[in-house]
Amino acid sequence: MLDILSQYGMMFLVGTWPSGPVGGFAGTLILAGLGLGLSFPLAVLMALARTGHIKALRVFSTIWVYTFRGIPLVTIIFWVYFLLPVMIGTTVPAFTTALSAIVVYESAFLTEIVRAGLDGLPKGQMEAARSIGLSYFKAMRSVILPQALVNMIPSLLNQFVSTIKATSIVYIIGVQEITFSAQQINSIEMTKALSVYLVLAGFYFVACLGLSQFSKWLESQIRNRQLHGV
Amino acid sequence: MIDLQHVNKWYGQYHALDNVTGQIKKGEVVVVCGPSGSGKSTMIRTLNRLETIQSGRIFVNGEDIYSPGHDVNKLRAGIGFVFQQFNLFPHLSARENVMLSPLKVAGMSKAEASDLAAELLTKVGLEHRIDAMPAQLSGGQQQRVAIARALAQKPPLILFDEPTSALDPEMVGEVLSVMKQLASEGMTMVVVTHEMGFAQEVADRIWFMDAGKILEEALPRDFFSAPKHPRAQRFLADILSPKMVGHAPDAAEALA
Repeated sequence: MLDILSQYGMMFLVGTWPSGPVGGFAGTLILAGLGLGLSFPLAVLMALARTGHIKALRVFSTIWVYTFRGIPLVTIIFWVYFLLPVMIGTTVPAFTTALSAIVVYESAFLTEIVRAGLDGLPKGQMEAARSIGLSYFKAMRSVILPQALVNMIPSLLNQFVSTIKATSIVYIIGVQEITFSAQQINSIEMTKALSVYLVLAGFYFVACLGLSQFSKWLESQIRNRQLHGV
Repeated sequence: MIDLQHVNKWYGQYHALDNVTGQIKKGEVVVVCGPSGSGKSTMIRTLNRLETIQSGRIFVNGEDIYSPGHDVNKLRAGIGFVFQQFNLFPHLSARENVMLSPLKVAGMSKAEASDLAAELLTKVGLEHRIDAMPAQLSGGQQQRVAIARALAQKPPLILFDEPTSALDPEMVGEVLSVMKQLASEGMTMVVVTHEMGFAQEVADRIWFMDAGKILEEALPRDFFSAPKHPRAQRFLADILSPKMVGHAPDAAEALA
């Protein structure tokens, strides 16, 4: 296992870069980071639409959630991969395809988490915020979301971790990331599949563990302030 | 300042407000009392549009607040509202709770808002707890922060919806004394409460409600010495001398 790591370390870390595009673990982190960074704000908007008073938006976001939550990620990837170029009449880079599919898919789950967080706050918080003259959006921004998001941290973390792991599936359309690198290494070595995939698992594990620890630390910092002041 | 005209509200079949009509003048303190479920809280919540109404009109400062296009945020910015459950924002300190409206609604600078918050928290007797978080405060202290938060809107009118009902008995006094002080400074106040001592001492008028109607409107001394409506007579008899045996025979037996 260590020999695999020492021989193919750079390939695991960055893929074929600098001769090719950035891949490997760096590719995974970029894909996951962008995926979360785009799907989370989208999910907040979708959740606001889903809990809001405008019927058209509520219906749209409900359909969005039920559709993309109800089908496997891999089918979304294939749809985007085959359908999007036909629709817009030009080829789409594999990375963009993968990213779009992940954002759409993860946003459906994150929307439901955010919605639960919004619904979980006592009704009096919104009433008090509106009573001091704040508009709906100012109340959301200053009073509701800061509390709801903190309450959601454990569920969000779950979804973030699952997003990191979900990026592994995009190797099927040839996106350069760490699972793709492992595939390549495995086909070079032929006989060391166990070690190669153990190393691969190790990378995912470390990334997810790091994220878990960070979110635990963040939550305890915020809770501390709420209970004991600065 | 406030003018309710034939206000009706239903929750499904339930007639929560039944043709409520009444006026409140500037500087007046009106105490609304009545048995639970009588529509007191619903009525007071219609005055800043926390509830909708199905018919009738409500004027605040001469403006029909339920007319289409009326600016609800502007209306609420000019009315303080104090809740039974305080509803402080738990992620903000006492000072930040009070600062929020001046900052985000009135557009005050951070330094000004901070000074105003300190001044108002001192006024309600919390100068030593200015930077405490709500979770660190007792119920009475939280409710006084909530009153300071309402005062920060510099409102000509404050609505109190059972402000002492969620408090331990020993904390009721500190909240009532802040309210008394506001009344003596000429604040217009509508207070839903079961504190009849406060009503007797501070109110200019009493509204007695039951089943969604205002059954009696009277000066405190008339209301407490000689209530006219039979329902009001029964209500006062019940709360001024609770008959333990009548209400909880099991408890009385257990004590005997």
